[in-house]
Amino acid sequence: MSSISFILDGEVIRINNPEPTRSVLQYLREDINRCGTKEGCAEGDCGACTVVISEAVDSKIRYRAVNACIQFLPTLDGKALFTVESLKQADGSLHPVQQSMVDYHASQCGFCTPGFVMSLFAMYQSEKPVNRENLDDVLSGNLCRCTGYKPIIEAGMNMYDYPVMGKNEQKLLDQLNALKSDQGLNMISSAGSYYAPTSLDELAELYQHYPDATILAGGTDVGLWVTKQLRELEKVIYLGNVKELKNINESSSGVEIGAAVTLEDAFEVLSISYPELGEFFRRFASMPVRNAGTLVGNIANGSPIGDSMPVLIAIAARVRLRQGDATREMRLQDLYLDYQKNAMQPGEFIESVMIPARDSALILSSYKLAKRFDQDISAVCAAFALRLDGGKVTDIKIVFGGMAAIPKRAEQTEDFLTGKSWDEKNIQQGMELLKLDFQPMSDMRSSAAYRSQASANLLYRFYLQTSSEISLNVFEACV
Amino acid sequence: MALISGKPGWSTPHESAHLHVAGEAPYVDDIAELAGTLYAAPGTSQRAHARIKTIDLDAVKAVAGVVAVLTAEDIPGHNDCGPIIKDDPILADGLVQYFGQPIFVVIATSQTAARKAAKKAKVEYEDLPATLDVREAKQAESWVLPPARLRQGDAQTAMAGAENRLSGEISVGGQEQFYLEGQISYASPAEGGGIHLWCSTQHPTEMQQVVAHALNLDFNQVLVEMRRMGGGFGGKESQSAIFACIASIAAKQLNRPVKMRLDRDDDMMITGKRHGFEYDYEIGFDNEGLIQAVDIDMAAQAGFSADLTGPVVARAVCHLDNAYYLNDVSINAFSCKTNSQSNTAFRGFGGPQGAIAMEYMIDNIARKLGKDALEVRKLNYYGTNTRNVTPYGQIVEDNVIPELSAQLEQSSDYAERRKAIRSFNENSPILRKGLALTPLKFGISFNVVHFNQAGALVHIYTDGSVLVNHGGTEMGQGLHTKVAQVVARELGISMSRIRATATDTSKVANTSATAASTGTDLNGKAAQDAARQIRDRLTVFAGEYFGADGVEFANDTVSCAGKSMPFNEFIVLAYQSRIQLWSDGFYKTPGLHWDGVKMQGSPFYYFAYGAAVSEVIVDTLTGEWKLLRADILHDAGNSINPAIDIGQVEGAYIQGMGWLTSEELVWDTNGRLTTHAPSTYKIPTITDCPAEFHTELFDNPNVKDTVMRSKAVGEPPLLLPFSVFFAIRDAISSVDDHQQNPPLRAPATPEAILDAITALREGRDA
Repeated sequence: MSSISFILDGEVIRINNPEPTRSVLQYLREDINRCGTKEGCAEGDCGACTVVISEAVDSKIRYRAVNACIQFLPTLDGKALFTVESLKQADGSLHPVQQSMVDYHASQCGFCTPGFVMSLFAMYQSEKPVNRENLDDVLSGNLCRCTGYKPIIEAGMNMYDYPVMGKNEQKLLDQLNALKSDQGLNMISSAGSYYAPTSLDELAELYQHYPDATILAGGTDVGLWVTKQLRELEKVIYLGNVKELKNINESSSGVEIGAAVTLEDAFEVLSISYPELGEFFRRFASMPVRNAGTLVGNIANGSPIGDSMPVLIAIAARVRLRQGDATREMRLQDLYLDYQKNAMQPGEFIESVMIPARDSALILSSYKLAKRFDQDISAVCAAFALRLDGGKVTDIKIVFGGMAAIPKRAEQTEDFLTGKSWDEKNIQQGMELLKLDFQPMSDMRSSAAYRSQASANLLYRFYLQTSSEISLNVFEACV
Repeated sequence: MALISGKPGWSTPHESAHLHVAGEAPYVDDIAELAGTLYAAPGTSQRAHARIKTIDLDAVKAVAGVVAVLTAEDIPGHNDCGPIIKDDPILADGLVQYFGQPIFVVIATSQTAARKAAKKAKVEYEDLPATLDVREAKQAESWVLPPARLRQGDAQTAMAGAENRLSGEISVGGQEQFYLEGQISYASPAEGGGIHLWCSTQHPTEMQQVVAHALNLDFNQVLVEMRRMGGGFGGKESQSAIFACIASIAAKQLNRPVKMRLDRDDDMMITGKRHGFEYDYEIGFDNEGLIQAVDIDMAAQAGFSADLTGPVVARAVCHLDNAYYLNDVSINAFSCKTNSQSNTAFRGFGGPQGAIAMEYMIDNIARKLGKDALEVRKLNYYGTNTRNVTPYGQIVEDNVIPELSAQLEQSSDYAERRKAIRSFNENSPILRKGLALTPLKFGISFNVVHFNQAGALVHIYTDGSVLVNHGGTEMGQGLHTKVAQVVARELGISMSRIRATATDTSKVANTSATAASTGTDLNGKAAQDAARQIRDRLTVFAGEYFGADGVEFANDTVSCAGKSMPFNEFIVLAYQSRIQLWSDGFYKTPGLHWDGVKMQGSPFYYFAYGAAVSEVIVDTLTGEWKLLRADILHDAGNSINPAIDIGQVEGAYIQGMGWLTSEELVWDTNGRLTTHAPSTYKIPTITDCPAEFHTELFDNPNVKDTVMRSKAVGEPPLLLPFSVFFAIRDAISSVDDHQQNPPLRAPATPEAILDAITALREGRDA
């Protein structure tokens, strides 16, 4: 097929051969003069452009808030788009989310407001319970420079108190089902080509044929190549329609997460067997980024500051690679060779990541150090996976992000601690060795000296966490 | 006369709230574009300081969609957009003075094409020595303006005689405004060679003037219109000018509408920020903690040009005292020239940078004497009849700090919490809590006397609807709402009858910037004046019509001698009787004088006050921290709209907390700003808003005759989060039982906090 179709305000919109990297935001503001959605940063960090995308999943509608600035227009195919203009009721009155924002004085300059409204709208449609924790999570990707957030929190806390809106989901569900198609997209425009295969085999064949194509999943990084680096992507292959890649397969050996599974969905599953990673997952980017971005995308991107890899390496995750008809598996840690260099061949891609089943002896923690709690890139990201037997270390994996050109294990420290007694004296020595394991750099996130000192202190924190009852988490503290 | 609706304390929603939430409030980029609109993008310097040897723009011009490339040579008039001193080129002419300075501008058929093309220029530079550090600039006496001095009493003698002395350095970083709506100007050619400019700016009149200068036009040929900004915070006071000029120059030259909307990274690379300050101080005090002498050097990072640094530094000097009486003071203030963005206005405008130094010194005194810092603060508060003259010679007439502070101390349960924190810390080796109460006093008025004037227009149409226009701009602060409330109150009508319109240089002329927190004070008074003139005429007419005295305007009704008539019906009668139903209004703030050389006078009409208590918890292993609770008591006078005022107070508190904690500006060794987008520059997010956040307005009608006896509220509360910074410092100092002063710099990032902790452990105090 050479056109995309999606639903906007109850109407099916069909666009022939759209530019592959035209953003949803450009489409809204420039093509259809629908200017309620704002551009604040064009990199998915401020949320002024938040829109809601819905899809039919198992005969239910799922609503997700995403950043329109880095969401490419063709990825809307088969979905429904809601913008701030979609929300008013037929009689012109405001949606409960909007009315609550007015009543609690939650807008000042108003520029971020449509984004907040849409994030809250996604929450409202999903009927997620309101409490401070959930609101912080849902609104973690929306910056407001005026209010200090308190009135927005109040608006959110009270949004269900307004008369319930008829969601009229059946009509939307029918429309979404009618858009479903097994046919892939194959769209050529003067700006480039866009392919959206629907099966894994098709994808493998296509990528083998076009190894120079850009693989697109959530677009939370590729989007910035376009908006910030101004790159022109001639060929884009979108993974989002590949059935097999949307799967999460749970078995006794663990969980296999397909390349099109969003971070949010992946974390939801992983939190069940790894509940201690809850806060870490919560701090991963922001809700709209987790709603669009994929776990495999984070891995494949291979950035030295990607947050998912240290912990996945620590728990010995593996990746399944595919090239043409051939598949192979490897340890995730072996995927990374050097700065932005990985073990994948041309035309090869990551099909899935396999997370081993939880073993009860595992003691695990992952920490993130950044200037801000929400949506910040780690200065240091650490993961510790420990197994003890009678007070002695039988196995320890210490993995850091932000400390080297790739996510990297602290080999000297691990070697030293293995077989040793898990005590303060050995930890102190381990902390010194850790400073030898890494030669971090200084940048705008922190100095090399801080990275060294804080990473050693994180090892100490991990030790205290496993050996004492003292409070160690400022973010869980209250008055 | 009875006045019912529109009374003070009336928390009507923001006049645009229903438009904001519906996505129906147009900002400049949302205005329906005129046919033939072109888009501009800047080509910027990749050096901090260099001579431009050659510029090769062939590859730029070859990009599809490029219509023109403009350089300094294409500017018909003055190549300058500086607000005070003429040292701000619109486009660099042979010399670049910071990394990011615009050199040329690409005009294309799309913004993307213009941006892509701008990257393709080949510029050859001849590097010149660059000054990147403010202390280095001070050492080299590299100034954008001569140093300012203030002397009161005899600091030298008092210092020599002081029972105790402390000296040291303080470092406080700058801050990006981070308005959510980036800089934007949209210029369209107008008849007679003029320009119609839509510009996101706090200062339409100045935009009119700089555009006229750049194009050799008379001011009456340039019309600047501004309906609303998506935030300004000072960043659109003078620094919208360069974009206003570029868009206008291009529109004029090409005779087509040209829009210049900055990409966020370009915006942050090009525009100035809050001035970072470095301080060297000595303070003398007695054994109780009473300050005996202060001697301080304040070095402001001006950047490459003067911009508003002069008045920013003046305000810093005038706010060093904060809430404290200082008898013998010596201040030297330096406007240091560095090869970086030209720093500019940002909410507080130097006031916060002055006051925080005093708070830092007081914090040090307390630890030195083993006292709670609040005790030392209270000891030094301004008095009411004595100890009530500021270092710059103004009498503090309505000092309410002691009462306000006492009320907050009580309501926040300060003493009990202090005890609880002490006991928490004794039992918590890694996590430490800290607590601080800091007060504020903030002077209201522009330091430059003649800026303290405003004009307004009020029109009543024959259906009884009312249009209000004034010289102030709406950037989210609720100015238009408050001014409409003032007019509603004067005319006894409901808010639904009143519409605020875009600020427009062709309606009210010669306006001042909406800045210095004076928006409502000035424009509210001017609109009140206009509304009163109309009401006075209507009162005379009503007296004649009803044949009696005692006319009342209330509840959309005109009443007299037991008879009444709906407002709109009465207006028709007035019109038919040829009563003028519109008026202008004017206001100038009385009683101001200021000698900028001696730094003496009464520059402020009055002071606003406030105080906050913040409680934090700090991780001594990593420097991570969290704000646990905030209690604020703030003086907004007789608040016109408590909801809006509380919104300003809370918003400023969180914004100021960002300045002092997570918002770090980092330049690399080449002078390139590396924190130029929200991915790298971290303003507070929702999780940073404390779970316990109590804000109250202090009951304190203004002693001065301000509009409805209210007080300005835009900037003063930015000083409230000093309490966060000093609570962090308190928590840090617990690691050695408060024996040493932590050398904590601002912003207190986790790294800065861990550095301070390490310093204490190594016995290096501030």
